[in-house]
Formats: sequence, C-alpha cells, structure tokens
Amino acid sequence: MALQSLDIIRRSATTLPEPQARGAHAGQVAKLIDVSKCIGCKACQVACMEWNDLRDEIGTCTGHYDNPHDLSDQSWTLMRFAEYENPKGDLEWLIRKDGCMHCADPGCLKACPSPGAIVQYANGIVDFHEENCIGCGYCVTGCPFNVPRISKKDHKAYKCTLCSDRVSVGLEPACVKTCPTGAITFGSKEDMQQHAAERIEDLKSRGFDQAGLYDPAGVGGTHVMYVLQHADQPQLYSGLPENPKISAMVGLWKGISKPLGLLAIIATAAAGFFHYIGIGPNETDEQDEEAARRELEKTP
Amino acid sequence: MTNHWVDIKNADLVLIMGGNAAEAHPCGFKWVTEAKAHNKAKLIVVDPRFTRSASVADVYAPIRTGTDIVFLGGLINYLLTNDKIQREYVVNYTDLSFIVKDEFAFTDGIYSGYNVDKRSYDKSSWDYARGDDGYVKTDPTLADPRCVYNLLKQHYTRYTPEMVERVCGTPKDKVLQIWDMIASTATPDRAMTIMYALGWTQHSIGSQMIRTGAMVQLLLGNIGISGGGMNALRGHSNIQGLTDLGLMSNLLTGYMTLPGEKEQDFEAYIGLRAQKPLRPNQLSYWQNYRKFFVSFMKSWWGDAATAENNWAFDYLPKLDKQYDMLQAYELMNQGKMNGYICQGFNPLAAAPNKAKLSASFSKLKYLVIMDPLATETSEFWKNYGPLNDVDSSKIQTEVFRLPTTCFAEENGSLTNSSRWLQWHWKGAEPPGEARSDLEIMAGLFLRMRDMYRKDGGAFADPIVNLTWKYAQPHSPDPEELAREYSGNALKDLADPKDATKITRKAGEQLAGFAELRDDGSTASGCWIFCGAWGPTGNLMARRDNADPTGIGQTINWAWAWPANRRVLYNRASCDPHGKPFNPKRKLIAWNGAAWAGADIPDFKVDENPENGMGPFIMNPEGVARFFARANMAEGPFPEHYEPFESPLATNPLNPNQPQAMNNPAARVFAQDREAFGKADKFPHVATTYRLTEHFHYWTKHVRLNAIVQPEQFVEIGAALADELGIGNGSRVRVSSNRGHIEAVAMVTKRIKPLTIEGKTVHTVGVPIHWGFLGVAKPGYLANTLTPFVGDANTNTPEFKSFLVKVEKV
Repeated sequence: MALQSLDIIRRSATTLPEPQARGAHAGQVAKLIDVSKCIGCKACQVACMEWNDLRDEIGTCTGHYDNPHDLSDQSWTLMRFAEYENPKGDLEWLIRKDGCMHCADPGCLKACPSPGAIVQYANGIVDFHEENCIGCGYCVTGCPFNVPRISKKDHKAYKCTLCSDRVSVGLEPACVKTCPTGAITFGSKEDMQQHAAERIEDLKSRGFDQAGLYDPAGVGGTHVMYVLQHADQPQLYSGLPENPKISAMVGLWKGISKPLGLLAIIATAAAGFFHYIGIGPNETDEQDEEAARRELEKTP
Repeated sequence: MTNHWVDIKNADLVLIMGGNAAEAHPCGFKWVTEAKAHNKAKLIVVDPRFTRSASVADVYAPIRTGTDIVFLGGLINYLLTNDKIQREYVVNYTDLSFIVKDEFAFTDGIYSGYNVDKRSYDKSSWDYARGDDGYVKTDPTLADPRCVYNLLKQHYTRYTPEMVERVCGTPKDKVLQIWDMIASTATPDRAMTIMYALGWTQHSIGSQMIRTGAMVQLLLGNIGISGGGMNALRGHSNIQGLTDLGLMSNLLTGYMTLPGEKEQDFEAYIGLRAQKPLRPNQLSYWQNYRKFFVSFMKSWWGDAATAENNWAFDYLPKLDKQYDMLQAYELMNQGKMNGYICQGFNPLAAAPNKAKLSASFSKLKYLVIMDPLATETSEFWKNYGPLNDVDSSKIQTEVFRLPTTCFAEENGSLTNSSRWLQWHWKGAEPPGEARSDLEIMAGLFLRMRDMYRKDGGAFADPIVNLTWKYAQPHSPDPEELAREYSGNALKDLADPKDATKITRKAGEQLAGFAELRDDGSTASGCWIFCGAWGPTGNLMARRDNADPTGIGQTINWAWAWPANRRVLYNRASCDPHGKPFNPKRKLIAWNGAAWAGADIPDFKVDENPENGMGPFIMNPEGVARFFARANMAEGPFPEHYEPFESPLATNPLNPNQPQAMNNPAARVFAQDREAFGKADKFPHVATTYRLTEHFHYWTKHVRLNAIVQPEQFVEIGAALADELGIGNGSRVRVSSNRGHIEAVAMVTKRIKPLTIEGKTVHTVGVPIHWGFLGVAKPGYLANTLTPFVGDANTNTPEFKSFLVKVEKV
C-alpha cells in the first residue's frame, strides 16, 4: 500500500535505490507520550480500533486493567498498568501506552527478508506493507520492543502505522486526536523534544529528580517517545527496555549470514556454470533409462 | 458546579475527594491537567482507593469510606485554630457574625428538637436571633459566644488530627500535609477548586459531606472566584438538566418546590418561598418567586391559569411525603403502587438491593420500559441462571418495551456540569421502530386527554387544560419545547417606568428572567433557563470559543444558566469595595457606575458596593451560611454519623449516644433495617464505583467498550488477599446481608488496609458495570449487595459504604 504522498526512504530486503526527489521538508515527525499526564482511560485504544477498523476479541479479566492482555494483529496499542512502591513508600500507578516505537534504525525492517514488506518514510514512520509480507516472523525477532504480531488469520505481521494514512494528509494520529488529557502529542521531532523538556522541568519541580525523555540511542532514537517520571528506570513501566538494541541475530543475518548466504548461492551457481563449461552438461544414457524403468515397475 | 470545567485551569490547588474525575470524567479532567501544566497547580486526591485520579496526583491519602466529614471537619478545626482563613471574606460574606438563638443546642451528636420516634427534628430552634428591628443580630467582632463563628469553632473542636486518624484511617502526617497545602489557599492570590461527585452524594450523610466541603471553601475565600468553587461533576451528560427541570418528586422547574399537603393556601405558599431579607439592604432574590411561579403556571396551563384561580395553584399535587425512587419501590413492594412507566432508567441495576427491586417489580400489574437498549429491568422476570435466578411462572407483571431514540438520534439541549445548555443536532436516523421520548409521551398524553374529555374523571382540569400548542401534537419538536421552557411575552409588555414604551411585544421570546412578571403577562417553563432561546434565537447553539481575557470565560459558547453566568457568586471575587481580590483572574469589578467584566455579574448590576449588599443574593441573609438553619434534615452544622453498615460498634465522635451512631434523620423502612448486615458476619467495607471504560449499564452492549474491559471484577487489597488465600485473577464471592455476587479478584496494592479504632479494616472495591445482558461477559448486578437507605435530605442511596464478606470460590 504505497502512499503517493509519503516518500519511502528505506525498504526491507532491497538494494534498489529509493526515489529521492521529494523529502520531509517539515522535518521528521514524532509522537510524544507523557506518561505523567496519562490517566489510562484507553480512549487511544478505542480510537485506534475505530480508525483502523480493528476489533479484538472480548476477552477476560485476569486481575489486571490491561485489556486486551497483549498486543495483537487487532490491538496495535494498549495501556500497560504497573503498580510501583517508590523508596519513600508511596504508591505510583505507572500507566504506559505500548505500541510501535517507530525506531530511526528499525530492527524489524532490517530483519525482514521480503522486499518492500517493511518501509520507512522520509518523515520517520516505519510501516508494514502487508501485501508483501510472507509471515516469516523475522520482524518480531528483530524488534527490540516486542511489538509486531503475526495474524493467525492471514499469517501477516501487523503493528501501529503511526496512522501514516492520516499523517500523509496532514492529520495527527487517531490516538493523539482522542487523548482527553493531552498526554499524547504529535508534531515534528524537534518540537516534541522541546515540549518534553518543558514537561521534564515541571516534573522535576514536583520531586521527580530523574524525570526524562525516552528516545533511546541504541535504535537511533525513536519517533514515538515517552516522558517518564523515572527515566533512569524505564523497566518500571511494564518492562520498557533500558537500552534497546537490534538483536545480534539480525546483525548476524544482515551482517554475516546474508552476505555469506548470498555468496553460497553465487558459489553454487558458479560451480554449476564451471561444471558445464569444463565437463559439459550432465546427460543420461540407455542403461540409466532402463534402470529407472525397472525401479518404477517395482513400486506397487 | 459553582464554576465551570474550563475554569479549573485557573486553580492553584485541586482537591479531588468524593469523586474520581480522571476515571469518570476523563474529558473534563483535561482542565486539571491544564492547571498542573500551565498554572503549576498541585493535585490532591483523598479516596479509599488509589484511583486513576491518584495516579497523576501530587499527594494521595487513603480514607475509610463514609468518613469525609471527619476529615473535613478536622480541616475546619485546623483552619480556625491556626487562623488560616480569609478574614475579610468570611467576616463580610458569610454568617460567621450572626447570632444564633439561645434555644439551639447540640449534645452528644444530637441537635435540639429531636423526635426519636419520628426520626426527625422540630427545627424551630435552628435559627438566628432577631433584634428589635426584625433583622438578625450580628457581632462583627466575632466575640459573642453565640455567634456562628464561635459555635462553629466549638462544634469542630472534637475533630482533631488524632480523631481523623482513628476514624478515617488516614495517617496523621498525610492529614497534616494535605491540610497545610489547603490552608495555603486562604490568601486572595491562591485558589483551590474542589471536585466531587457520587463519592460524596451516595452516603446517608452525603449532603452534609458536600456542605462541609463548601464550608472549607468559604473559610478559604474560594467561593465565587475564578479557579475556586464547589464543583459537582455530573455523571450523565444531562443529569444537571434533570434537576434544573424539576424531575424530582418534590421539585418544580428551576428549583421551585411543590407545595406540601399543609400548604393549601396560595399566598402562604409564595410567602414562605419569597423570603424577606434578614439583614438591611439585601436583595434576597427569591422575593421574585411569584414571578417565576406565575410564569411557570402560564407556561403549563395558559389561559386556564388566572389571577382568580391563583394561577391554577390547585392543579398542583400537594405532597404528603417525598416520592423519591426508594419510596416508590417500597410502595411497589407493599403492593400500593402497581403500575410503573420507566423512562431512560434501569432501576433493577441502578437502585439498591436487587432482591427487593425484583420483588417490587414482580408485584406490578404493568411495567412500561422506554429505552434505546434492552435493559435488565425490562427482563427482570426472565431467568438468567445465578445472575437473575427468578421463577418466571410466578411473575404476572405485564412488561411493555418501547424502543426510544438515543441522544445522537435527535436534536435537543444537554446541560452539562458547568450549567451550560448546549444544543446538539441529530447525527443519525433512529433504527427500526424506535420513537423519540417526546413522541411516546405525547401519544400517551393525547390518549389520556381524550379519555378525560370523553369520560371525565376525579379531577380532569389539569389534564384537559394543559397547554399543548405544538405544530404536530403527536410529536412536539425539541425546538418548540426549548422556546417554551425559555419563555415569551403573552401580552405587549410595557416599560414599568414608562407605560407608553413597549419593551416586548406579545409572542416575542424573552431575553431573561428579569423580564418575568407576576400578572400573567409572561410565560416561562423554567425561569433559570429563561433567555436560552431569546429574541435573537437559540443561544444554546452558539459555538464561539473566543476567550478574550484568557481565563476561559467563553461567554459566547452555548448558554449557561442563570443569565449566561459562568461563575456563580462572582461578586465574592471582589473585596467589599468592589475591587477584585486577585486582579490576575478578574471576573467582574465595580467600575464606579456598574459591575462588569469577563463574566455576567451575579449581583444587582448598578448596586454601589458601599451600600453593603452581600454577594450571596439568593439567600435572605445576603451572605453564605455556615449555619444552615432549618434547610438540612439532620442539623445546621455537618456532623459525622457512621454509615448504616459500619465496621464500628459506636460512632467515635459520639460514643455515648446510640441515636447518633447513624444519621438520626435518615428514613429507614422497617424491612430494610432488618436487611442491614453487621460487622461480625460481614467484616469488610465495600464501596461501588464506575470505571472509565464503561458508562453505567449501557456500554456493556458496545463491543469496543467490552473489549477494553470485558469481565466483572472486584478489587481487593493485597493484605486481604493474603489473609484469605486469594490469588490475583481467581474467582471470589462477595456477599452482603442482601445477596452475593461472584467475580474475578483483582488483587492490588492500590487498596491498603486501614487501622480504625485500633482494628484493621479492609476495603473492597465493587465496580458496577456488569449485568446479564449485553456483549461483555455476563456478570452479577453489583447492587445485589447494596443497602436500601439514602441520604436524609435527598434519599440518594448509600452505594458508597456498606458491609460485605469476601470469600474464595
């Protein structure tokens, strides 16, 4: 589903040069999720389902507010609730909206073996083009945030698109539009960083000395960022990774295995070619044909 | 709300108590976020549970449900003892200097005049002392031992921080930290807003809890100012409109009241309500009661309401008692009420004690349900296994289900918590055979009128003479009704100062209630709504969000009652000379000739402040009351009484007086008293509430809501779960003396055990949203557990405090 108004700068599993005439002159986009303003109302989850025409199953309660319990092909975002008793003995209810982080250096895209199934636009959004997806699940392994999910129905991978369809026509993502407290904001990455800085100052004035922005360098920064009260302990927020990095397996695949594999394919082809040149084509004679006929007759 | 949603952004401090705004009002909660982000406001949450609101609070403190008067009474004591009050405000704008009658007394939790058999008071001693001039005696020095200030101080001396810790279970250091923060708003440059909801109203002492909050705000000078106020968050989009339009058994529109059975005399009826000022030069605006009342009667009965028949006063029923919903279901249960039209309401789920409700409905001859959804009430007779275990063959009630449109399928106005009447337009055509409520009620009325016309009846006049001038009598337009409740001139209206000048022609819409007259020349269905549809058209439909002063006073957005005023009592935002206490958020000011500013003045516009008129113009005192006189059922000062189901054996504030254990003036039906449980069998304290993912019992019919909160659960603190061996996510049974429910246990750190009078008390949280119909997982109706008793003034059920027992299934 290539969108004319969004320019692709990277595609999975292809070395073809991408069109470069157009660029994101308004800058790269980012969504900022201010965890300290979030009340966990799940309006973003509902807006996501409505805009994207998704309907997850009506599940069960397992003793948590998290519903559905996990991301799925039908749930591209969800609130994760964590109860944390701070060293002062006060309780904090840390509610984090989980979903794709839209990494500048996307592990999913790097891992994907199918040409054009995962793309990155000039504005920074990482998008899945399901028509090219082969359902191998490498993107799941490649993602340091455990976000993509393979559909049981069509065996294709799904995740948050950052509403690339809305963004392409100048709208904010559906979750941003619906958020009642302004905990989710959207704009250029620069503006969002600046807004985050103001929020962090406010949080520090309220005693959160370690308040900070989550924009991890290990994946080149992200286009979905968090303002955290405890930026020094992101794992408090339902296991947000401290130093997310693209899995070594993806590095191995892209860095060594894939070139090696390519080399092996080329070597096999070359061996065949040289065999043909040096020895000539493989041919069968009468005796071979007769032996084959006897074998065939033996089978009941 | 005295103020409005947007104004919350002007607060320096927000106290959420008796409510959970983030959970139940997430959209309005954005203004709390704004206050925090752009006004450096701090947020305090006091609640039995660590809620979604608490998750973004600066300070949270737990409290035992039902004990808020102890916490707030302690705060009053703290403010008075430490002189953290806005003195200029309280001395001039409240009744602190008023002298109270010598006969008034308070002993061991009971006020003078109590009749134990009737469970009610003779309130004649609950009043101010009068001087020879007929006015109330005052002592502006506040030295007189019988002045309200000293009585108030005396009353709350028992409410110490230690008492708060003992009764509420709130740790003393948290109590003092919060009180100190609140006391900081006693200065004119700081404002605190209080946001509350059903966490205060749904108690047997709910009205008094709210009063205690209001008294705190008065002491701090936080009423009438921008960023302050007592802000009731209404739980339905139009529940404010419900009371405004008088849909309570004892009300007429605009908070006028129905006459009681002893009030057969029209002049006496008016006289009691049109009170003369209690102090010199006070406005006492209810003196205009006759104008509002006559205009109302003209609106309903037109030409049949004449001066000769006292404007059809005899058409009005005269109440022998309140006919609130609890009374109605009691009468059904006694077999005395045998037909029921249930419009837009699901009482089997929404009223207390499902077993009693089911028994009551089973005794009806007919039950008519008007609702867009298939409600539990409409299927009360059908067996749904343990969720609704009834024997259908024993129920003879005939049930009619009339599908109605929902709000999005019709035009109309909704009145929000801010008192804004906002017009809305139909967004979709209704499905199937659904008809609007207007159409159904019109059909019912026209048939009844035909029958009365044809056959006559005991008293046909009120029915056959009812004004019904709609273009399509079987289907009145919302627009027609809106023009009617706003009001118009019935004759040419002459200027009272110059009879030759006609100010309003016959048939013209009126601009406001100041134009109403008591001679039958004006009609207005609801005086406080007068002007909503004025001479220039439908002001409710305005959508101009310009905010020229930057303090959120968008006075051209929709229309607010009364008179498009956005902050009530805004005269009190200025000092006695008419200068704003806080020029940074000026609402109005005296400019030498008139009052003007960012809001519509809640005052006589040309009244020179030096004349001493008080800002609380609806009170005959001209000032706000700490001493409620005879206006409350259980006493002039709020006193703590334990919930009817309490974990304690005595009321710690009044341990020696058993009559003062629970609200001594609350109405309790005999059968319901027997159904109360005791702490020996039901040791856990339960409270019910809403979740943000759902709206009452509606959204369990909606797939999206069901996805994000699919199945019934109860919240249990980790300590109680450990004690009972309950694992998170396992199933538990919660029983009260009235029935039981089963649900998933959500074991949480957000509910902590409290130490009350030396003993550990566990709180159990029971969300309300599940039932036996809908697309969410079927569940038990939470009101299976709740007690059938209400507030002594309003009879709002005590849904927030009752006793249960939790067991592993």
